[in-house]
Amino acid sequence: MTDTSIAPPATGTRTFDYGSDEALARVKRRYQAEGRFKLYGLLAVLFAGAFVFVLLADIVRKGMPAFFEHRVVMTLDLDASLIDPTGRREVDALRNGDYNKIVMDAWRANFPEVTQRAERRRLEALVSSGAADDLRGAILRDPSLIGKKLRFPVLLSDDADLHFKGLSTGMSAVAGNGALDVQVNGREVTLIGSGQPFATILADVKAGLLRDADRANAELARLPASQQGGQNVALDAKRAELTARVADLKRRAGDAGGAEMIDFAAMPSRIVRAEGAFIQLREIGPASAKGFLLVAPQRAITRLDAWTVTTFATPESNRKASDADIAWLESLNARGVIEKAFATRFFTSGDSREPELAGIRGALIGSALTLLVTLIVCLPLGVGAAVYLEEFAPKNRLTDILEVNINNLAAVPSIVFGLLGLAMFLNFFGLPRSAPLVGGLVLALLVLPTIIIASRAALSAVPPSIKEAALGVGASHQQAIFHHVLPLAMPGIMTGTIIGMAHALGETAPLLMIGMVAFIVDIPQAVTDPGTVLPVQIYLWSDLPEIAFQAKTAGAILVLLAFLFIMNGAAILLRRRFERRW
Amino acid sequence: MGSKFLGVSVIALAMAVSAGVASARDQIRIVGSSTVYPFTTAVAEQLGKTGGVKTPVVESTGTGGGMKMFCDGVGVNFPDATNASRRMKAGEFESCQKNGVKDIIELMVGYDGLTLSHSKKSAPMKLTRAQVFLALAKNVPGPDGKLVPNPYKTWNQIDPSLPNKPIEILGPPPTSGTRDSLHELVMEPGAEQIAVLKALKASDRKAFDAAWKTIREDGAYVEAGENDNVIVQKLESNPNAFGVFGFSFLEENAAKIQGVTIDGVVPEMDTISALKYGPSRELFVYVKKAHVGVVPGLDKFALEYVSDRAAGDGGYLEKKGLVPVPKAKLAEAKANVAAMKVMTGEGLPK
Repeated sequence: MTDTSIAPPATGTRTFDYGSDEALARVKRRYQAEGRFKLYGLLAVLFAGAFVFVLLADIVRKGMPAFFEHRVVMTLDLDASLIDPTGRREVDALRNGDYNKIVMDAWRANFPEVTQRAERRRLEALVSSGAADDLRGAILRDPSLIGKKLRFPVLLSDDADLHFKGLSTGMSAVAGNGALDVQVNGREVTLIGSGQPFATILADVKAGLLRDADRANAELARLPASQQGGQNVALDAKRAELTARVADLKRRAGDAGGAEMIDFAAMPSRIVRAEGAFIQLREIGPASAKGFLLVAPQRAITRLDAWTVTTFATPESNRKASDADIAWLESLNARGVIEKAFATRFFTSGDSREPELAGIRGALIGSALTLLVTLIVCLPLGVGAAVYLEEFAPKNRLTDILEVNINNLAAVPSIVFGLLGLAMFLNFFGLPRSAPLVGGLVLALLVLPTIIIASRAALSAVPPSIKEAALGVGASHQQAIFHHVLPLAMPGIMTGTIIGMAHALGETAPLLMIGMVAFIVDIPQAVTDPGTVLPVQIYLWSDLPEIAFQAKTAGAILVLLAFLFIMNGAAILLRRRFERRW
Repeated sequence: MGSKFLGVSVIALAMAVSAGVASARDQIRIVGSSTVYPFTTAVAEQLGKTGGVKTPVVESTGTGGGMKMFCDGVGVNFPDATNASRRMKAGEFESCQKNGVKDIIELMVGYDGLTLSHSKKSAPMKLTRAQVFLALAKNVPGPDGKLVPNPYKTWNQIDPSLPNKPIEILGPPPTSGTRDSLHELVMEPGAEQIAVLKALKASDRKAFDAAWKTIREDGAYVEAGENDNVIVQKLESNPNAFGVFGFSFLEENAAKIQGVTIDGVVPEMDTISALKYGPSRELFVYVKKAHVGVVPGLDKFALEYVSDRAAGDGGYLEKKGLVPVPKAKLAEAKANVAAMKVMTGEGLPK
């Protein structure tokens, strides 16, 4: 400071030359220091921004699939004898109709070649168990449909849905080269080309053999060295087996013309597609191949002029959807009956064990009810306590102890409040388990200290002149506080409440003890109905084995964030309306 | 405005409290094991869709916690059924009896196989339970047969035919039911496969029990929480590591992980239901008979659980990863439920 302050030059002391090079350099340095500080600040903000962006982008990317579902549009034959055998159109009878059979009959009719039991079961597993419920709902809404034929979107199962969302395997297609003669024997197919149409695929398979040989060699190298006198017989046998295996693999890899079986555990699957048929290649030679008819052609085929080879990049044993599953789905896709639609059921239905049916509504309503109870309980209590402590309470040892304990309470781990809730609300008052009412009360205990502390800070920030002026014109103490100080403190109180409620919205630990961490399908209608909340739903879904629940988890996180934004937005709007300046 | 809010909230609370206490329960409440939770929820959902009653509420509290709540008493404040990843213990049965929960219907609903799994990127492994014991136990028999702190750092130190890879096993914490199964299905039988320990069992039962009940704490066994999905992710990123979890998880994640062959048997649906695969266990649901007829739909719930479309071969529980019980046993379970046959408490484990 001293070098820039303007002081009268004392006689005999040094003078200040503000224009000297030295002074200019100092000024420059100070500006540079400030510039650097700004840069650090900017970098910190950018860094934090980048993290938020990456986090959000990741959640959005993972969560988006949850908002869409795939359906197959089929013509269903609404046979009156299956839906309503009595013909009286009573609601109870309609509810018990065999809708599953209607859906499955239409579904199986797409693939008449599937007759074997195990294969049929796989085919049926591609349709969601919720499809029949959808149809039941449509019939109950409009019983006049019975006996007619109806174009109806049938929901696909989670695995089928995942395939269309690109999560089963990468697929690539290459046009086949030259015409093929086809011999069909049941589902077994032999394809014979005039040239060497399968040479490239065979070369690929042979390269795979070499990789296997390398792997076996590496395993051989890992085996400990042979002991003197060959004491370990098992080890020697294993070594001999591996050596023989390597030799066999190398020999087969070198024989360019020899036919090879496709190893579905380690190699991509190859599917020949032509005339609507899907043929899974099983044994490949350079000129001919043997395969299995996954999907039958539209007409009998003996010769194929145009065909393509589709490669499913992930080996069959490494994915949930089998080659047959994908062939069936892709066949329907080629027929143009697969539709992608916005999954409204994600917002309209409760939890389910079927990923494609699970929705967020139960948790959303549960969260709203819980927070409503929390707000109703803790806002008046918290503000009242703050006003009393700040403005009316005598300052003595008792209120000091109270104050310290309120601050301590704000730092108590949330699970403790759950234990308190279990002991007090459930066991003592006998309130129902899993109810948003109890959840709201427990969370109210949790956020009460936050609100009291924030409210007291807001009250003490109101200038004393306001209160004094009110008292000066003859207002009572209470009138001065409630008519003048409290309205001015409202924005600060609101901010504290928002922070408290946002905290409550994200809590799961205290809810564990009072039974809100539970599988609840029915959507709560009142605060005493069993319900769960959004973060609990996220936790429960993240713990389930089905892969489709991972997208649901991310989708639920997005809903939770949206809920938070809306809640905060509303609070900020309210705060604006209350805000007063002095 | 504060006072107005206060008034409203007091009235709302009073109404809510009276409503909560007055109304009897018309919804089934189930607690218990997190292992059985995915299956019970599926049954509960099915019952809600077709049974004409409210969908039961299923909480995941762990087997022990569920048993405690279940045995606490009869009435609307106590759960109607509990899931268990093991049979009810004799002590739990006694505590049930003492608290007035006299008649309990036991359902054996299926099997769960405990698997040791690792990434598909690594070569398949074959282990015996004795080898797994030697890899996991805190104290193992030394060269002179005395128990010494576990010296094994790599698999080939246990057996030269095993790969030269560090022993790294991710598994459940002590609070988990899966951890109990790890001890009972792998560690104890594994210890019995070792001659020195088998002799110890005969001479000093306490020391033997301590040997298989204590898992090493030097970092080779990592407690990875109860979220099995996290273990799967860790296994994917570390091909040397093994994870301990239920068969349904292995099946669901078959694209990423593979099961270790234990005692020469591959963990598969068939080998588990035939009880050939050693580390597999039975799963149970216990239902309070006193609540049947009081809480609507409880009998339907029990029947649905043992119905062919649920627990039968090819039923929806099989799709969820439950290994179904053989036909004869299922028929027996069905008959038991239909007749509401209650447990006698004989032959229960200590």
